[in-house]
Amino acid sequence: MSTFTFTPLIEDKFLNLQKRYPQPQSLMLPALWLVQEQEGFISTDAMEYVALRIEVAPIEVYRVATFYTMFHLEKIAPYHIEVCKTLSCKLCGEEKLLEYIEKMTAGSDKFKITKVECMGACGGAPMMALNGVYHENLTNEKVDQIIGAIL
Amino acid sequence: MIVKIVSKKFDITDAHTLQVAKEQGAYSALESAFSKTPSEIVEIVTQSGLRGKGGGGAPTGKKWSLMPQKGDKPHYLIVNGDESEPGTFKDRQILQYDPHLLIEGIIISAYAMNASEAYVYIRGEYKFFIERLQGAIDEAYAANILGENSTLKHKVNITIHRGAGAYICGEKTALIESLEGKRGHPRLKPKKPEPEFYFGNPATVNNVETIATVPYIVENGADAYRQYGTEKSPGTMLFALSGHVNNPGVYEMPYGSSLLEFINEIGGGVRDGKKLKAVIPGGASTPVIKANEDLACVMLDYESMRNVGSSLGTGGAIVMDEDTDMVEALKNLLEFYHHESCGQCTPCREGSGWVDNIVGAILDGVAKKEDLDTLLDVAKTMNGKTICVFAPAVSGVIEGFLKNFRDEFENYIETGRYVKTHVDEITEVACQTSLE
Repeated sequence: MSTFTFTPLIEDKFLNLQKRYPQPQSLMLPALWLVQEQEGFISTDAMEYVALRIEVAPIEVYRVATFYTMFHLEKIAPYHIEVCKTLSCKLCGEEKLLEYIEKMTAGSDKFKITKVECMGACGGAPMMALNGVYHENLTNEKVDQIIGAIL
Repeated sequence: MIVKIVSKKFDITDAHTLQVAKEQGAYSALESAFSKTPSEIVEIVTQSGLRGKGGGGAPTGKKWSLMPQKGDKPHYLIVNGDESEPGTFKDRQILQYDPHLLIEGIIISAYAMNASEAYVYIRGEYKFFIERLQGAIDEAYAANILGENSTLKHKVNITIHRGAGAYICGEKTALIESLEGKRGHPRLKPKKPEPEFYFGNPATVNNVETIATVPYIVENGADAYRQYGTEKSPGTMLFALSGHVNNPGVYEMPYGSSLLEFINEIGGGVRDGKKLKAVIPGGASTPVIKANEDLACVMLDYESMRNVGSSLGTGGAIVMDEDTDMVEALKNLLEFYHHESCGQCTPCREGSGWVDNIVGAILDGVAKKEDLDTLLDVAKTMNGKTICVFAPAVSGVIEGFLKNFRDEFENYIETGRYVKTHVDEITEVACQTSLE
């Protein structure tokens, strides 16, 4: 049995969303997002809990949680930097940007850096997302400011 | 060249708030919409020639008319905001600058199709844009524009459904699978045209920009929309520029505008005064066009793009300058497809990895001459043998690169490195087709 539960705040959000869908299965992604919002990642324990709440088998939740790349299946560092590597960003200097970011954050365990596919910010290339917040048209100076504030 | 229909309020400060949006005319199309019957609205949209703006270009009115007229099953409107095609960043402009336009479009479209629940599926990475739209939705609920307490003739609920990082969920049936709580695996296509189904109930999937165009058409009539664009591609679209261009961004223009003028005049030309080498015209999945005299006559509409062996796609053009290594560019795109193949169909799952490896070997200088034939052979096998158009698109991408830049691939195999090829300046040519 799962020992996981939603906090009262998250439970409220879940119940509000529940009213919007004709079948509980539709709450799969919303529920997984809520778990990640609460815990920062999605444990198998939480998956079992979600399965119970949306009336599917636990394996179905596992299937979905492992399909979508934005779900973290284990705890990650507090600052998640995603650098877009797809064509428009690559043409505009993604590799140099990534190298700079990696050099700057080397030795710190506060960061997780991921190379990701197109983030839909092609007009602002090169770009990164820091904990989901987009930073576009990046230069080394801008990176200094953004990451420097955390270091 | 610029015509502002969907982007009318993009430059107005705080137009994302209900107050400013209303001052600027938001929700004014509702009165006109509710004075008509739902089928009259479907008719106007059909007459306008509005085509889906998510990449496929299917006629919107025709799609809507597939929704059943009878029966007691609930109808659903699903808005596709999964915008994940590399080179495409247009729907986010609507979500950021004019979310109330989308809400207005949803209300009218839902009324036309007798849907009282609408879902807007937005890619998970668009956190800010999701919050923007949610803010506007909350305001619309508070002002009794949406929901049970709506004072309008047709009551609609709008729910944002956040994706979680799967490109394939932009494919409409994969999107519905995802909305139903499953992996984003595209569904088999029906033999005859029929609506989509969400838990067995009729549903229509339309792109964000398509829905945002509806208020203008309903308020001003089909002819007003048809005054822009071409006979077969009427109206306007949000075209995007990225890559080696001076002014990247999103610009609304009529269909049939010149691609080269778009790059040179609106885009400010290629960066650093370099020459243009190639353009991927409508998102990564559209075959690359080589910069030569033919390109000078390419227009931004479905028909013109087809004539040069490419496609208009999402209208997001990626510009490449004379120094671009085309082998590296193709490798970059194939990595994307390798990563994003949903894995459902074998030719795609295996093929996308195989082609990525072959081009990787070319880049690493360990490929043989016959590998190019293998590459084309695998590309051919990927085409037409899968459930959705993902694999055929990969196939077209590979063929486009090899058709136009085969010499670069051969040079690479021979020498193991990038050899710069000569790029001609595009000279002025008289084009046969031009926008009237």
